[in-house]
Amino acid sequence: MTYPIEKIRADFPILNEKIRNKPLVYLDNAASCQKPQVVIDSLVNLYSHDYANVHRGVHTLSVRSTDLFEAAREKVKSFINAKSEKEIIFVRGATDAVNLVAQTYGKANIHAGDEIIITAMEHHSNIVPWQMLCEEKGAILKVAPMNLAGELLMPEFEALLNAKTKLVSIVHMSNALGTINPVEKIIELAHAQNIPVLLDGAQAIPHMVVDVQALDCDFYVFSGHKLYAPTGVGVLYGKQALLEAMPPYQGGGDMIRTVTFEKSTYAGLPHKFEAGTPSIAEVIGLGAAIGYLNSIGMEAIAAHEAELLAYATEQALKIDGLKIIGEAKEKGGILSFTLHRIHPHDIGTMLDSLGIAIRAGHHCAMPVMDFYKVPATARASFAMYNTKAEIDVLMSGIRNLIEMFG
Amino acid sequence: MFEDLRDLYQEVIFDHNRNPRNFHVMENYDRMVEGFNPLCGDRLTLFLKLDGETITDASFQGSGCAISTASVSLMTEIIKGKTQAEAEELFHTFHKITTGKSEELQLEAVGKLAVLAGVREFPARVKCATLAWHTLDAALKNEQQSISTE
Ligand SMILES: Cc1ncc(COP(=O)(O)O)c(C=O)c1O
Repeated sequence: MTYPIEKIRADFPILNEKIRNKPLVYLDNAASCQKPQVVIDSLVNLYSHDYANVHRGVHTLSVRSTDLFEAAREKVKSFINAKSEKEIIFVRGATDAVNLVAQTYGKANIHAGDEIIITAMEHHSNIVPWQMLCEEKGAILKVAPMNLAGELLMPEFEALLNAKTKLVSIVHMSNALGTINPVEKIIELAHAQNIPVLLDGAQAIPHMVVDVQALDCDFYVFSGHKLYAPTGVGVLYGKQALLEAMPPYQGGGDMIRTVTFEKSTYAGLPHKFEAGTPSIAEVIGLGAAIGYLNSIGMEAIAAHEAELLAYATEQALKIDGLKIIGEAKEKGGILSFTLHRIHPHDIGTMLDSLGIAIRAGHHCAMPVMDFYKVPATARASFAMYNTKAEIDVLMSGIRNLIEMFG
Repeated sequence: MFEDLRDLYQEVIFDHNRNPRNFHVMENYDRMVEGFNPLCGDRLTLFLKLDGETITDASFQGSGCAISTASVSLMTEIIKGKTQAEAEELFHTFHKITTGKSEELQLEAVGKLAVLAGVREFPARVKCATLAWHTLDAALKNEQQSISTE
């Protein structure tokens, strides 16, 4: 079956926007993805017909909202092939999910002298929460190194694992480099020493089939907004036994069973970790996004994006003075690059004047920039709706701006 | 091709980006302050030599985009020989022309710096142009620590 690119593009209304009088070429998908009409409609329909608070009332609208909300949880569960809905915790995003694990699992299980392993290519959201925990507990953060291609050095990673290691927290796919880490192997090595593994799937989830049972990861976190869903919603997947043993995160409504002034008892999973009114519409929008992705198929999307990345890489290598940052063999649809003597910020502004949206900066991965000794990179990142023609527009823009800079 | 950008990237800016003036480490400086824009990773170190109230020499090191490099390069040229009070005055005027808050832009008051007025139309780039001046401000107030635009 051929990939239905025309239909997909028609499903995303924003792709018709003109930016500075030019057709939008949106290549900042790693920062956030655009939304298909079904997701937009899910918000409008909810607020127009079905909206009320969830889990609270006996009235019709509360029941409707609750049903839609819990149906979204079921969709997430199937999408990542979790065993149970109890393992799907709705949070604000990947950042919130990592902090949740650090503040609950981390606080309960990680003590002075213990070690947490991350990698050299983490997003700040998978560095700082652990640093904060380590500072509080007197624990030690260990960083597994990578090579210049942006690939994790597996022997060095393996050598870091020891009896003091209490958690391995690793990015599944790097947002700054595109590297897809060998997570199966990482999990196998860590589990051989009974060490749990958290995968930061913020970038991986929109681009590949993720099966948490096949991976056997202990925690998996991601954000809705990078998965074509609204902002303000994300998911923490955790194995049920681990989640059950963890203390709650925030206290408040919805997460309790009984409250007296002397003592409260907590609700069961997943509500134990969902204090307060959640992002109701956004969760329902996430369900709609997953429905949309299923209608196209993650395998088909992955194949389309792999083709885009191969084409973009081939074209980029033809440009004099362009250096690709991140050349891992296993790589997702991200092209991070620098141009000789042209700062990424200038690249970003110049491409914007042509209607092309890319990201210029450190991509919330300052240690990666330090590793490559660059202040920043320009990054084009691809999604299900991008085309080779758009990559041609990008490459021609790059050639022209090089000429203009002289 | 880049018609919309002609006001932002004027030839003077390309020239200063290619050949930044006063681009060196200064020996025997009186003031040295680091400026940092965490948003884009731009970093510069500004050196000043003072004789009483007068700025007798200025130089810089660092890496940044064309706008920030041209801005600091032009600044080091223009502040040499000025008194500290005059330099502060220029900073305030420059701030106005780049943020476009004042109705009448006093372009003539800033001389050559007027080429940077184009950032007004690019809110995301204003900090690139003003980093140099915030760093100067810190240096003149003798704040030794590094400063940041955020
Ligand atoms: C790899 C990775 N992890 C975590 C995050 C954090 O996601 P959010 O800002 O949605 O919490 C991002 C987003 O940029 C990311 O790319």
